[in-house]
Amino acid sequence: MTPIPASSAPRRPDWRWLLAAALVLAVASAPFWAGRAELRLLSEVLSFLALAVLWNLLAGYAGLLSVGQQAFVGLGGYVLFVLCGHYGVSPYLAIALSIVGAGALAALFAPLLFRLDGAYFAVGTWVAAETVMLIFAMIPAMGGGAGMSLPAGAVKAIAAEKELREAVIFWLVAGLSLATLFGVFALLRSRAGLALMAVRDNGLAAASLGIDIWRTRFFTYVLVGGLAGGLGAVIFLQKLRISPTAAFSLNDWSVMVIFAVVIGGIGKLEGAIIGTLIYFILREMLADIGAVYLVILGALAILTMLFARKGLWGVVDARLGWSLLPTERKP
Amino acid sequence: MASLLDPIFQGLLLGGLYTIFAVGLSLIFGVMRLVNIAHGDFIVLAAYLAHMVLTLTGLHPLAALVIVVPLMAGLGYVLQRHVLTRTIGDDILPPLLVTFGMAVIVQNGLLTAFSTNALRLPAGAIETASIGFGGINLGVLPLLTLAVAVALIAGLEFIFARTRLGRAFRATSDDPQMATAMGVRTPHVFGLAMALCFATVAIAGVFLAMRSNFDPFSGPARLLFGFEAVIIGGLGSFWGTLAGGLILGVAQSLGAQISPQVQVLAGHIVFFLILAVRPRGLFPKTA
Repeated sequence: MTPIPASSAPRRPDWRWLLAAALVLAVASAPFWAGRAELRLLSEVLSFLALAVLWNLLAGYAGLLSVGQQAFVGLGGYVLFVLCGHYGVSPYLAIALSIVGAGALAALFAPLLFRLDGAYFAVGTWVAAETVMLIFAMIPAMGGGAGMSLPAGAVKAIAAEKELREAVIFWLVAGLSLATLFGVFALLRSRAGLALMAVRDNGLAAASLGIDIWRTRFFTYVLVGGLAGGLGAVIFLQKLRISPTAAFSLNDWSVMVIFAVVIGGIGKLEGAIIGTLIYFILREMLADIGAVYLVILGALAILTMLFARKGLWGVVDARLGWSLLPTERKP
Repeated sequence: MASLLDPIFQGLLLGGLYTIFAVGLSLIFGVMRLVNIAHGDFIVLAAYLAHMVLTLTGLHPLAALVIVVPLMAGLGYVLQRHVLTRTIGDDILPPLLVTFGMAVIVQNGLLTAFSTNALRLPAGAIETASIGFGGINLGVLPLLTLAVAVALIAGLEFIFARTRLGRAFRATSDDPQMATAMGVRTPHVFGLAMALCFATVAIAGVFLAMRSNFDPFSGPARLLFGFEAVIIGGLGSFWGTLAGGLILGVAQSLGAQISPQVQVLAGHIVFFLILAVRPRGLFPKTA
């Protein structure tokens, strides 16, 4: 057996870099061409996409089927609100600290939750998130069950003028979301990403090649938790208000994200992107029928799992062999 | 000390209800390694079904079990044979996702059909009746719930240990392919296991609804309590599930003494403590 030379990694065609640059440019200039409502929607799409990419990394690559990501989103949001609201910390530092805080929470839970197998791990992460929510709902300084608003002084620290402030907050949401997207892509193409995929495809073989499965999963779980915390911080910075039920919402931060990834195609970055687009298109189309829309989404997820396990992108990939963001290595 | 005795006894009785939530989860995990995320939502569905039976016939909730249990058992069999059977395999994502989808569908379906108004099953005199001993009042309905929980555990233990069906359950659990080779009709056996699970779900729904209010979104919390009881007790052990349910009930009841807000939190904390100290639960089946 000859070692695979490094040059065998797929060549990066230039048009992908052009596409990425165009995307970044379009998003970065959005405050100049988009209205307030469009900016809001675009922030929502981008942060949802980042959460979807993170969950895809966790479940599709590390095999960690978490349904408790709301623990980290919520914690990140609360860390920002407490630091900025009560201690006058700068929002930029507070975002960094919310990533650290959520990562620390993930590191605390991981040794306990990793004792649970497969589907029971999933329910365990849910219990963990409920536990964190119940604790936050009890603390009077954070408004208890009613939640708290970000004081005007803390908001003005970003920019005194309203339009500039909204643009800056948008750049924070969009910047962190795009950084997450490109960061996960880079990670998957690195040696660590190779180890992750080896663990996913054959744990036993990966272990025999010297990959520490527990550590690989632990670092993925902590990294994803931390980034979800950072996203939570910027999402709630934009909303200017936080409450336990919104911050730790199972539906918003886990169920919808999971459905989107599964419908789009789990285990592929493109799947998360397609799933996010489908989710928002369906939402904009069916928003006024409320509960029925969730029933449709649930049914779509079930049908995908029963008849096309690799999701929509899996179908496209099998028929056409397209690959927008190649993370496989071909010898 | 005497002041703690009352919440401990009330907690044991509450634990009976949690055991009924948990026993079905324990059963289907034991037979086919399946975790049904919609378990709690099906419990609530059964409660709504019982409410409809009551409205139509005027029966007592306990008598309504005669109708609700077979209906739910049939639903369980059909779901297993036609939907869940396609998800069984090495990949744990499909069963998780499909049951997650079912949870969302049941919740929002109930919301569309019944609105968010909380309902309750009126159980008449036994709702308030109680037996006093040693200064502690024990409600007749909670006592009956605990008795039913113990009977369900003993009954399932008997089915598993002593009957033909139980042998088929154990055989498919150990090695589905070999069991099939030996003439066990695996899909049918899995269907029967799910039917049995859904029978306990029906009982859980009726007892839940006689004890407290329920609405379309009451399900997830019931799933989590049942799940905690199963993990505390140890996977694969029915008596362990009973012990887990009782421990959870007592933990919540003692937590509620501190503050009503702490009730559920205390249960979660005890769950994580036991997971830290005994990762496989208190009474795991295989050492």
